[in-house]
Amino acid sequence: MPEKILAVLEQREGQIKKVSYEVLSLANKLSKQLASEFESVILGNEVSNISEINKYSSCKTTHFKNPELNNYSSSAYSKIISNFINDNQFTIVILPNTAMGIDLATRVAVKTNSAIATDCIKVDFLDGALVFTKPVYAGKSLINFKLNSERKVFTIRPNIFKAEMIEASNGAIEVKEVADLDLSTKVTSYKKSEGKLDVSEADIIVSGGRGMKGSENFHLIEELAEALGAAVGASRAVVDAGWRPHREQVGQTGKTVSPTLYVACGISGAIQHLAGMSSSKYIVAINKDKDAPIFNIADYGIAGDVFEILPALTQEIKKLKS
Amino acid sequence: MKIAVCVSNVPDTATKIKIAQDRKSIDPAGVTFIINPYDEFAIEEALKTKEKFGGDSLTYSITVGNDSAKETIRKVLALGIDEAVLLKPDKNPDSLNIAKALAEEIKSLGCEIVFFGKQSVDYDSGIIGQLTAELLGFNCISVVVDLKIEGNIVIAEREIEGGREVVESSLPIVITTQKGLNEPRYASLKGIMAAKKKNITEKQIQINEVFTEIVEMNLPPSKQPGRIIGTDSSAVPELVRLLREEAKVI
Repeated sequence: MPEKILAVLEQREGQIKKVSYEVLSLANKLSKQLASEFESVILGNEVSNISEINKYSSCKTTHFKNPELNNYSSSAYSKIISNFINDNQFTIVILPNTAMGIDLATRVAVKTNSAIATDCIKVDFLDGALVFTKPVYAGKSLINFKLNSERKVFTIRPNIFKAEMIEASNGAIEVKEVADLDLSTKVTSYKKSEGKLDVSEADIIVSGGRGMKGSENFHLIEELAEALGAAVGASRAVVDAGWRPHREQVGQTGKTVSPTLYVACGISGAIQHLAGMSSSKYIVAINKDKDAPIFNIADYGIAGDVFEILPALTQEIKKLKS
Repeated sequence: MKIAVCVSNVPDTATKIKIAQDRKSIDPAGVTFIINPYDEFAIEEALKTKEKFGGDSLTYSITVGNDSAKETIRKVLALGIDEAVLLKPDKNPDSLNIAKALAEEIKSLGCEIVFFGKQSVDYDSGIIGQLTAELLGFNCISVVVDLKIEGNIVIAEREIEGGREVVESSLPIVITTQKGLNEPRYASLKGIMAAKKKNITEKQIQINEVFTEIVEMNLPPSKQPGRIIGTDSSAVPELVRLLREEAKVI
């Protein structure tokens, strides 16, 4: 069976998510390397920025449309996509490694008789076969592996693969209205959290640890995050103490992140925390204890008092941006 | 009501990982194994669900692993789970093999509510619960931080990027649990004593087709320690300059 690639794109509230372009770009690249056909698919209602797809690929896109598809429904989404894959004989299916992507990939893999891998950070070739790399043990080690099945479904970690724009194209976007959805699992509402940015999607993260001494001091972290346009993160100790919500936790039992810049404030660097953030491109550490393990992986460090340094840093960034 | 919780036996999160001689797995020497941290929420929720349904409700824990998992399973029983099953594979299984084995066992036990931790902190794939649900034809809600089961109706909140989805579904169902769903209890002395007398049913299982072939396991490229550029706020302008001119990240 000749290889045929499908990129599964994700929208939220009618907007295509950035990671979707990373999926498209990877699919585009693999289709060239494999000289194979390539299409993309998106499920939703109105998708206001759908023409953006043409900036990243000239592939054909199918938009399955229904007001009930505006929110993710595992039952409805997985049936539509699985039928689409089976009918069109796709052999490689790529999704984003997001709450939606992981859930959907598993259901689609079973329905289309595929092998599955999640959270891939590299896709390469070895003797003509695809080889995937994924972090295991929260990034304390990496495995390279193959999927020995005719059909493969895998998800890619956001912020790792580049979204590459191409010259203007006019790939066809075909809208297919769908009815009779299987809504046995249905999202009835969506509650946006108060924080502006989620750590798993942010380019810059400012994180606070036990050295912040209490939830009342986290405004210092929030102010720096605001100045940098960053998300707020937290160490496990801080979450367990109830100072910050779990969704901000970075590390082995929280989120594994790979931002461009990670600023660790009052975080000593327990092995579980380092596992979750050491793949960040640049790491800044601010901590009183100059022997703290965080300094072993930080690019730049200030071994001093966070309460004195943070306000000064926020001021300096504000000055720069104004 | 029969309730299952699928528990995985994983290295303690404080473990420093060493790669084994075969370069495809970790060296287990000196590694302490524990209940997968996310499974603690699954166990707690299974116990709470049993208390809620009452009557002759029963809880089962199911683990795929070898004899070394028994110590972990005893801890699960000590928390109050009624019966445990250990499925021992004849070779290394991948996620799909594990899900198939679990699905078969859940079916033969007749469980209608099944809990999993949202991911196992070894391979971190986060898919076994959903794969098992799909193989069983059960509904599934993953990464759950709030759960209500009323009769046949299930209403859950699911954590997603930047918020929560409120999801409605029905039994039979698989729920994968996230931190925040509940506060796991500690084992009582009575529970620990009772666990010693509980039976662990062991079954050999045959692994047929393994799709995932590990080529190599590596340690991540090690990061060189950088510079400590100061000890107080006088270092801030230099830090900002480095971030701007050298790292080019702001």
